[in-house]
Amino acid sequence: MRIVTTAGIWLIRFAYLAFALFPLLWLLRIALTPDQLLYTEGTTLWPSVITFENFRYVIEESPFPTYFLNTVIVSLGTAAIVTVLSTGIGYAFSRFRFRGKTALMVFLVITQLFPIVMLITPLYQILAPVGLVDTRIGLVVVFTAFNLPFAAFLMHSFFEGIPRELEQAAMIDGCTRFQALIRIILPLMLPGVGATLGFVFTAAWSELLFSLMLISSEAKKTFAVGLLSFVGRSGVDWGQMMAAATLALIPPAIFFTAIQKYLVGGLTAGAIKG
Amino acid sequence: MSTTVNDPGRTGASPRTSRQRLTAAEPYLYLAPGIAIVALVMLVPLVVGVSFSFQNYVIFRPAARGWSGLENYAELWSDRTFWLALANTAKWTFWSVLFQISLGLGLALILEKPFPGRAIFQSLVFLPWAVPTFLSGLNWQWLFNPIVSPLPGMLSAIGMLDEPRNILSDPDLALYGPITAMIWWGVPFFAITLLAALRSVPSDLYEAAAIDGATGWEAFRHITVPFLLPMMTITILLRTVWVANSPELIFVMTGGGPANTSQTLPNYVFTSAYSSMNFGYASALASVLMVLLVFYSIFLLWIRGRLGQ
Repeated sequence: MRIVTTAGIWLIRFAYLAFALFPLLWLLRIALTPDQLLYTEGTTLWPSVITFENFRYVIEESPFPTYFLNTVIVSLGTAAIVTVLSTGIGYAFSRFRFRGKTALMVFLVITQLFPIVMLITPLYQILAPVGLVDTRIGLVVVFTAFNLPFAAFLMHSFFEGIPRELEQAAMIDGCTRFQALIRIILPLMLPGVGATLGFVFTAAWSELLFSLMLISSEAKKTFAVGLLSFVGRSGVDWGQMMAAATLALIPPAIFFTAIQKYLVGGLTAGAIKG
Repeated sequence: MSTTVNDPGRTGASPRTSRQRLTAAEPYLYLAPGIAIVALVMLVPLVVGVSFSFQNYVIFRPAARGWSGLENYAELWSDRTFWLALANTAKWTFWSVLFQISLGLGLALILEKPFPGRAIFQSLVFLPWAVPTFLSGLNWQWLFNPIVSPLPGMLSAIGMLDEPRNILSDPDLALYGPITAMIWWGVPFFAITLLAALRSVPSDLYEAAAIDGATGWEAFRHITVPFLLPMMTITILLRTVWVANSPELIFVMTGGGPANTSQTLPNYVFTSAYSSMNFGYASALASVLMVLLVFYSIFLLWIRGRLGQ
């Protein structure tokens, strides 16, 4: 009976693994399949011959390295700014009692209900006069605002896991509150800061619709827009597209793998309060 | 960091009062930059967007632009595609979130107990969350194609499909393609939050239950579930809203087709705004979606309040 249960649990674990990894394996498989075998060996698990030609083409001859670089700039910029701003919000919510606190928290929750698709046109009209349309900075500004509310909840939860006595002791020793935050609290929160950075980086890396509407010049396109314009073109080269897609997965996968345990840990700390 | 912005000694006014004033203002100094950018980039466009919904605003007819009262909403009432998209949005959200919760809870329960290789298992099963949404759309679009993927063959082998064909071009099944992609992508998020919630259950409760002779199921039912519920309602609330508002998978995988059978409201808003260039109508559609989500959230929070009693 015990053996059956153990075997059953392992079966479930493998089922989860297969469900999570099969689509990714397929992405890689298509990227490695030579063009002429794409359809003839379409449904076999692995092609009889593999090639790295698609990867070579994407890296050396296509505009994808530029798209890639743009996405790195925009995602890192967004992640850094969101982390700084959400630290401020999370800290204020966690350590102060002040007028309008509940209202501000409710406001941040309500922003999550906004239909993002409706904001595109008005945002375009707001960003155009200040020269932020078709710029990477414009994308950073927009993504920052969209990711900030959730990041602020996350940081709030991480701050709740740090005892107040620590900064009170530092303030008795003559630190200002700001110095206590920078020197005492933040070093203890590095896992939380890392988790927020990684979470926002991954989210910004995925964004498609705003990049599609706000960016028009080739030199500023992000990865998602580049990949989608690939699809729109006649005679899509699927192998090349999937090779580009595989490369695009590497940065968020690394970031996310590095932070996931802190994400769980940080949410646990906040969850204790309920 | 020897001097800081809020160092009271540096202001010219009498130190005592300026210090007091500063202390009162301090939380707002931490909040202001973040709140300001959210207000400017989300709240202002929202208000502008809602105002479009009361206007006749089609890009091709600039001369006709002007206030039109509830005209867009009246048009929407008699628009068959709107009702279809509304029903599909409910279906899309319900099935996606239901499977994300159940599979996510299962995964969290698996990950809670140690087993050989757990760390590597966890990073592998969480990978889909790192995949950009539109990319998982492209990926699954490819997987549903019987010529280039074994998946339709497998589905027909286990009897889920009559023959290996592409469900994305079947009017009755097309919506389930993006739903599958959404489930695949979203399971890790639920697993992460639920795993965090599971870890916050005090272990002495389980010990006490074991001493009292409770079975594993009884402990799960009477300790784990009550602890998870408050966190779960918030996670469900956020996920439902995100899923309901997200057009990307539909946009990439089916474009709402064939013949609008997989159309959802956010994608309909997007196509109305950028294919028909009818911003007024698109905004009316989006406003309706938002009002429905507000009611849904209030309902869910009301339930959460009742459960907490």
